[in-house]
Amino acid sequence: MSMREQSPVSVGLFVTCLVDTMRPSVGFAAVRLLEAAGCAVSVPRQTCCGQPAFNSGDRATTRALAEQMITAFETFDYVVAPSGSCAGMIKTHYPELFVGEPDWMPRVERFCAKVFELVSFLADVRGVTHVAAAYEGTVTYHDSCSGLRELGIQAQPRQLLASVAGLTLAEMPDSDVCCGFGGTFCVKYPDVSNAIVEKKAANIVASGADTLLAGDLGCLMNMAGKLQREGRSIRVRHVAEVLAGIGDTPPIGQPRPSAAGLGEAGQGRKP
Amino acid sequence: MTSSSSDHSSRDVVFASVRRALGVNGAEAPRRQAVADRIAGHPEGVIPARAQLPADEQIALFKAMVEAAAATLVHLPDAAAVPGAVAAYLRARNLPMSILRGADPRLAGLPWQDEPALDVWIGPSDGRQLAGLSHAFAGIAESGTVVMLSGPDNPSTLNLLPDHHLVVVDARDVTGTYEEVWTRIRAAYGPGTLPRTVNWITGPSRSADIEQTLLLGAHGPRSLHVLLVGEMPAGEA
Amino acid sequence: MSVHITSPDFKANARKALADAPLQQALAKVGPGFIGKRAAAADKLPEFKALRDSARDIKNHTLAHLDLYLERFETKARAAGGHVHFAVDAAQARDIVLDICRQLGAKTVTKGKSMISEEIALNDHLEANGIEPVETDLGEYLIQIRGEGPSHIIAPAIHLNKEQVEADFRRVHADLPPERNLSEPTALLAEARGKLRERFLAADVGITGANFLVAETGTSIIVTNEGNGDLTQTLPKAHIVLASLEKLVPTLEDVSQLLRVLARSATGQEMSVYTTFSTGPRRADDLDGPGEYHVVILDNGRSGMLAGQFREMLRCIRCGACMNHCPVYHAVGGHAYGWVYPGPMGAVLTPSLIGIEKGRNLPNASTFCGRCEQVCPVRIPLPKLMRNWREKEFERHLTPATQRYGLAFWAFFARRGWLYRPATRAAMAVLALAGKARGRFSKLPLAGGWTQYREFPAPEGGTFQAQWAARTSAQKSAR
Ligand code: SF4
Repeated sequence: MSMREQSPVSVGLFVTCLVDTMRPSVGFAAVRLLEAAGCAVSVPRQTCCGQPAFNSGDRATTRALAEQMITAFETFDYVVAPSGSCAGMIKTHYPELFVGEPDWMPRVERFCAKVFELVSFLADVRGVTHVAAAYEGTVTYHDSCSGLRELGIQAQPRQLLASVAGLTLAEMPDSDVCCGFGGTFCVKYPDVSNAIVEKKAANIVASGADTLLAGDLGCLMNMAGKLQREGRSIRVRHVAEVLAGIGDTPPIGQPRPSAAGLGEAGQGRKP
Repeated sequence: MTSSSSDHSSRDVVFASVRRALGVNGAEAPRRQAVADRIAGHPEGVIPARAQLPADEQIALFKAMVEAAAATLVHLPDAAAVPGAVAAYLRARNLPMSILRGADPRLAGLPWQDEPALDVWIGPSDGRQLAGLSHAFAGIAESGTVVMLSGPDNPSTLNLLPDHHLVVVDARDVTGTYEEVWTRIRAAYGPGTLPRTVNWITGPSRSADIEQTLLLGAHGPRSLHVLLVGEMPAGEA
Repeated sequence: MSVHITSPDFKANARKALADAPLQQALAKVGPGFIGKRAAAADKLPEFKALRDSARDIKNHTLAHLDLYLERFETKARAAGGHVHFAVDAAQARDIVLDICRQLGAKTVTKGKSMISEEIALNDHLEANGIEPVETDLGEYLIQIRGEGPSHIIAPAIHLNKEQVEADFRRVHADLPPERNLSEPTALLAEARGKLRERFLAADVGITGANFLVAETGTSIIVTNEGNGDLTQTLPKAHIVLASLEKLVPTLEDVSQLLRVLARSATGQEMSVYTTFSTGPRRADDLDGPGEYHVVILDNGRSGMLAGQFREMLRCIRCGACMNHCPVYHAVGGHAYGWVYPGPMGAVLTPSLIGIEKGRNLPNASTFCGRCEQVCPVRIPLPKLMRNWREKEFERHLTPATQRYGLAFWAFFARRGWLYRPATRAAMAVLALAGKARGRFSKLPLAGGWTQYREFPAPEGGTFQAQWAARTSAQKSAR
């Protein structure tokens, strides 16, 4: 790993509520990557950045969660999340919540300036150009919307993936088009969401890759769920898992090997 | 026809709502000044570098852009060659040797007698003519656009009704940008005044309304043919 | 035909659209047709981004001084011999148009494409009063003979395929020989051209919209590719322009900036074929052109938008790029939105014009993927404005109860970390255990919207925070 600077910086890891509850291994992958990049990682007590409330029009709840978030994390040099969506929520939208509050605004702006999405933090802030990881397979990368359009994350994950031993990147058509998740959108408008993720699944399959990666667990669960419903054997993982070299945990929506042995033997996993 | 009284009260309601929404009364001197200044100064915004070329390159760009817009173009040494070029155009397409034009003196003064087989009619179009000829006020290199001004010299119907629209553009009238055209029109008509119709035409009529298939000749001319005349004197771009 | 508002039925409309095979076939071409062309046009012009900023600033300046630019426009248009009418709402606008037509004894009017005309349902009103409106934009003509509303603001018939057009032409143009070949789009276009040419020449009044109104000169501008708008306004006795308040622009230079981004954003052209600047009626020595020139300026709720959070929406120049890039529009098409304005711009504008009660689904039916904002030539923050509607909806308790309670339930825990951690830990333990064998669920209580179409991945088990706490305390005790 190459780095611009060697002095350890303190990073507060905001794992996001989805990683916290659904897929802790992404959190551990983030810790491993951050530590390898010379960061001292802490995990303050946390819940959610407030995005579900924000996008549902509930400003009061959002505001309360933002305050909670800022208070918990503002003492670190950096705040890093393995999600473009949550990092984008904080970095680009928190200031909107405190407009006209001069007692809060400078504090919020200072805070937002040190919030980053994991992969772009590694590449852009820590100067990481390659990782010590191996992954046998052909992967395709989906650009999740908020990360791409709010934070400009596009080249960084591809650069780092290029350094993973054994990994081949096969781009899918329209990798920058929404997967149809959209937070609560996918349950409020299931039919429309399904039409969008169907197209995404077809593009993923068209790439010929055996693994799908992205930087946001919500999108990943949506795409994994669709691919699996279609009976596809494509493995779905958070990009951090592969970069951290822990690509041997069961992919999203797949059982642990022992359990698989009892149920659907060998499903979806290569040895 | 004059505006009815209900129009007047609607006018007041609309202005009152706009002013209420903006929190203004309309009499604020700085606002009035800002508006007056903008109209008087009509500042240019962002001008593409592409439109600010030396004379020869500007003509080359104009020709390229006209053709990119699916129009055709011939470059003639001088205006005297226009009647011959019109006749050649009609002959090449097996069209009747007949053309309708406006009274523009720049067209009237051409040696039409050199083409005795060509019938030249003068006036607006009623939709029965296959080919019409106009003189452009200007050409715009930036997008390959011709600028037509309405009036007895070049009736607007000539731009629209004939299947083939032939347009004479004097190379000295080719500008880089839209803004230069406005400057020339202001010089000709006075500030704040336009002829009834200024028509920018960029290529022949087209539609993509059926399955997004692009087809030429929707309602207006199927073909736009530009007769570019002469050269632009160096240093005039 | 007027468009009946079906926006409250967005969900049902969407389901119907998703099951409509010809529609899906047509929609599949929207993305490839528009997106690449816009990108190519934008890439070819290094100044495109700067022009978008310039376009935004011009519109912002105009809106902030709208009353004064309106005054100026009115004065200049009158000085050029035109008539300027103001309409507070749709009904007034319809009546103004009808009055003008009646005074001229009009029997037929030709029409250029005008979304304002659709908004005020003008055609129904004219027909009801014995005046025949003839749409002349090919796409508008197609939907008129089908009795439909537009499904796209710049390509109103984008939902149709050529077989449907052929069937409609055979039905409506019954005077033409039945054995004629209409299998190719060229033949269809030629037939429409012939049919409409007669109508252009016979019309008494021509009605167009306006892409812009220029205050400096009192000029209205239409931008078309077909030339139908020019024929509509040039041939009849009178030209009526329908424009909404926000079409104002200060100067000819300003409108030139906007024109540089309009066609590129809409169709990927450098410039549309016909950009026509009209100022007043036929002049004394003119040989053609309309004898009367009327501009009807419509408010219909827009002045209200000027005041609040939605002012930015009034920058819209109706290029259609936002819908061309919208995954939801691509999936369901324009009719599902249930009124005149579809896609992201409709999701913001429609509730402003018909009310949030009827329009509430539209700003909700977005994934906030942000592609619309990325391409909007006047940089309207469409997702933010949709979110503003969701906030209004929430404040006014219009959000559906299940959603509201779900959110409140979640918020209760999210705001109380000391409860959140044990609660999520327990819940995930249960889910993980239940999903252990397959690693996912095909059915899950309360998640029917998800599992109807997708598997739901089982959690790995044990929250990150719990595992992290265990790990750090183990490290501490080892030390
Ligand atoms: S909102 Fe923007 S992108 Fe959409 S139609 Fe209006 S100007 Fe075009």
